[in-house]
Amino acid sequence: MSTNLRVNPITCEAHGLCAELLPEMITLDDWGYPIIEGNPVTPELLDHAQRAAAACPTLALLIQRRQPQR
Amino acid sequence: MSTQAQAVRLPRLLIGTPDQGQMSLREHLAIHDEIPTGHGRRHKRRDAVGLVESIERAGLCGRGGAAFPSAVKMRAVAKERRRGIVVANGAEGEPASLKDKLLLEALPHLVLDGGSLAVAAVGASELIVCIPRSAKTARHSLTQALGERERERYDSVPVRVELVPDRYLAGQESALVSHLNGGPGVPTLTPPMPFERGVQKRPTLINNVETLAHIALIARYGPEWFRELGTPAQPGSALLTLSGAIEYPGVYEIEHGAPLGDLIEAAGGSTSEIKALLLGGYSGTWLPGMLASTLSLSTEQLAPYGAVLGPGIVMALSEEACGVAETAQVTRWLSEETAGQCGPCVHGLNTIATAIEELQAGTAATGTEQRIARWASMVQRRGACAHPDGTVRFVASALSVFAEEFAEHARHGPCAACARPSELPLPSHPHLAVAA
Repeated sequence: MSTNLRVNPITCEAHGLCAELLPEMITLDDWGYPIIEGNPVTPELLDHAQRAAAACPTLALLIQRRQPQR
Repeated sequence: MSTQAQAVRLPRLLIGTPDQGQMSLREHLAIHDEIPTGHGRRHKRRDAVGLVESIERAGLCGRGGAAFPSAVKMRAVAKERRRGIVVANGAEGEPASLKDKLLLEALPHLVLDGGSLAVAAVGASELIVCIPRSAKTARHSLTQALGERERERYDSVPVRVELVPDRYLAGQESALVSHLNGGPGVPTLTPPMPFERGVQKRPTLINNVETLAHIALIARYGPEWFRELGTPAQPGSALLTLSGAIEYPGVYEIEHGAPLGDLIEAAGGSTSEIKALLLGGYSGTWLPGMLASTLSLSTEQLAPYGAVLGPGIVMALSEEACGVAETAQVTRWLSEETAGQCGPCVHGLNTIATAIEELQAGTAATGTEQRIARWASMVQRRGACAHPDGTVRFVASALSVFAEEFAEHARHGPCAACARPSELPLPSHPHLAVAA
């Protein structure tokens, strides 16, 4: 079981809150859209990741728990 | 390819293609025989399963561009609990591709046979054939063919024809599902994949129409026959659309691994020195023209050049054309053909297209090519679909193949050839064409 962050690029509107709440994993591109690096989410960052996901106004930051080999 | 023996084994799909109009059911069955059991009203489930095995042993891969193993996709649909639907994808949004149109217009029974067989093989309930809204001839041909099949009681699988928008992304699988479900016809976030939950939320097998045509022949002649042509890694024949500076441009059937030089020769040779080759269409790769006599047309033989066949498109750019102007126009068109959904794609492709136009005009700031490279890596894999990835592949290869021309334009502005009409086909204004 691992936890990954993913952006739904269709619903993301570049509010940028996620990059402020989780700079360890999220930077913004030239147009303000999040770039995610460092998946899977480490246990230490899980709390912050959940807060970032909840803060997204369009709920475009997805936390996905999945079996490693899928 | 040059030996006599191979010459007589091709064409397979295109055998008997009428010069005008379509092949009738009677002609079709005279050439290809009745379809084996597993077809129509009283198909046997065991035969249907056997077909998937045959397709697997044949090594058939999808011909819509992604070259995904067909049997894997069929099994995925067959194993879902809900009853599936089969979609014959003839949307063919690539402006430089004509093969799907040719199959639908001239050889509709081959496509319909394959579709019916696929319906039986995955235990689906119906076949939906998707064609572009503008494809009047294909629509007519399908209507005729379906009428013949019904009259002759040849095929009892329910079939309907659906018209999809004339857009580049209309045939993208999730976009097609969205359209068929009454949605806007743009890509959606996957998973769920169409084979899990597609049309009417049912497992949906989406196959390119050429893929289905091959299935119609594999069902008749078997996997060993299929493998008599092609390479071990990529068996069989393929339809290619050859265009550009070619004496007789059009759709040709080749065996995988055939030398590109032989194909060009069979098409009457080139009408000018070839400056560059575009392989795989507008999400494909530019290669230097001098490779025309070296390349072989298979995935593994093109891989070292970073190229793919994609949906079977080979375009020869003439020596007289301006590589920068052609690239600028196509990139702008691709940026306008985004679904307008994903920020990195919408903004990124527009930014890249503008930068290329500035390079062409000679107004770009220094370092623009480096910035394009950075933006290209920035948009990659960041869309819901592969549109940004394909576009930056096209752009990156153009910057490399036309490097000298780009440098010239950046310094001195447009060249004399910039004013020539574009050699790469572009729908005039796709967004207007959609309204109806």
